[in-house]
Amino acid sequence: MKKVRIGAAQGFYGDTIEPAVATAEKGNVQYICFDALAELTMAILVKDKRKNENAGFTKDIGLQMRALLPYLKEKRIKLLTNGGGINPVGAQREILRVAKEMGINDLKVAVVTGDNVLDRIPEFEEKGYNLNHIDTGEGIEQVKDRLEFANAYIGARPIVRALEQGADIVVTGRTTDTAQFLAPLIYEFGWGEEEWDKLASGVFMGHLLECSAQSTGGNFSGNWQDIEGFDRMGYPIAEVSENGEFVISKVEDRGGLVTIDTVKEQMLYEIHDPSAYLTPDVIVDLTNVRLENIGPNQVRVTGTRGKPRPDSLKVVMGYEDGYAGQVIVGFSWPDAMQKARKVDEVIRIQLERNGLRYQEVRTDFMGYNALSGPLAHENESELNEVFLRMVVKAKTKQEAAKFSRLFPPLALNGPPSMSGFSGNSAPRALLGMWSTLIPREDIEANLKVEVAEV
Amino acid sequence: MAIVKLKDIAQSRSGDKGNIVNVGVFAPNQAIYQVFLEKLTPEKVKEHFAGLVKGEVVRYELPNIFALNFVCKEALDGGGSSSTRLDNLGKCFGSNMLRLEIEVDDYLLKDLNNEVSNHAI
Repeated sequence: MKKVRIGAAQGFYGDTIEPAVATAEKGNVQYICFDALAELTMAILVKDKRKNENAGFTKDIGLQMRALLPYLKEKRIKLLTNGGGINPVGAQREILRVAKEMGINDLKVAVVTGDNVLDRIPEFEEKGYNLNHIDTGEGIEQVKDRLEFANAYIGARPIVRALEQGADIVVTGRTTDTAQFLAPLIYEFGWGEEEWDKLASGVFMGHLLECSAQSTGGNFSGNWQDIEGFDRMGYPIAEVSENGEFVISKVEDRGGLVTIDTVKEQMLYEIHDPSAYLTPDVIVDLTNVRLENIGPNQVRVTGTRGKPRPDSLKVVMGYEDGYAGQVIVGFSWPDAMQKARKVDEVIRIQLERNGLRYQEVRTDFMGYNALSGPLAHENESELNEVFLRMVVKAKTKQEAAKFSRLFPPLALNGPPSMSGFSGNSAPRALLGMWSTLIPREDIEANLKVEVAEV
Repeated sequence: MAIVKLKDIAQSRSGDKGNIVNVGVFAPNQAIYQVFLEKLTPEKVKEHFAGLVKGEVVRYELPNIFALNFVCKEALDGGGSSSTRLDNLGKCFGSNMLRLEIEVDDYLLKDLNNEVSNHAI
């Protein structure tokens, strides 16, 4: 019986490529799939493109291709990535350039475009679509003039079309995180558009693979001390059957652990209603899923159910939302917390006196409550050291930059043993996110697949 | 009855979407899942995260894997890329969930260590 083996590569922009190379070498896979995009990534790529018209895709795409291209012909592996970001055509060009440089020929690289809808907002408004925020219901007027990007989350179908045209590599912009993983299954098994349970199973497989090691023992909240090989984690591999069932494993001699307990944590990651996980290809129901340990580092996944796909697609837009200026400064025992609190008090008095009015002034005590906020323990009296972190939110970069200048004098003017000052980095641009829904025909009519060859 | 921290009996992972954080809480077996169903109400979780979560908390049940999924709204001071928080992606909500204390019958806690190698759920 035919099976398709798929390996996970990057789980985000900046992830290491090493585990994917191990999978290419020893994982016996036909496809290696990347999820390089997060909400924040799009903003970073927009900024890159503003500085350089040819940029806007994940900069490490060339390096990844250089690492994986040698295996493509030898092992008959195809690569699918959404690392095209805001400039998928530029990414395609870069991949072709790297292939040429390596002396590789007879390689087809496809690009999918049409997810970028920033220029189409007026068209959508003319059609009378309300672009209200899906979570808050607010109208878009307040952010419309500050939009930096707007991309529709597209599904697996255009990637399938690229594979049908013989592509060895498919590069896209903003697909859903799972589209790259589902596409090869539709292509290989010829799943129909309404085989909901199979499609759902393919999406769920993608969900378990798209955050790389998060299903093979990375970020594991159980007995994490028992996980071996954090320095050389193996990324997940799925072996999928025609009926949609699959087994998760990893390359045996890499680090990590694949058990029910490591896999189930990833199962709910960034999921809201588990009976209705919305994707462009199918609505996924996880409430009947069954996990089985069938061998060392092998978990079988069955029982995923699907429901008809939604009529609209999600569009996520990013808008400029001011700047954050941050200062971090440390205090040592004795009375570390007391000293930090005193400096917080002094700074707030000075802000008031100097008429510096920020939208927000935030105080954290790193080593005590910076990651836990009000849930932190109360035993703060004998901390060996603590770092005061103060952040302000301002409309402009200049305003935000003024904040850190209040701190250096306190090294001599303030409570004793203040040290480890870091506040000289430039203020960070903040970006708001606006999610809305657009009828799928409006997006799909504009999707294009183009293949180029070296 | 014993008062236990979730840390000692549960797994948890959190993730973000916009200004929403979801926290999955995983029980080690059916019996403790039943306790979670009764004790880990959305109200209790909202109260636990007071100061971090400003909006509604919705609970979803997954009896198939003995898990609950808590969807916490207005949880990141605006959302990952516009929040001034250090944990701007809500990565630590999972571990902060594990601080929560509930009452569990002693006999349910006895054999927990033997269940690590469970064969299927």
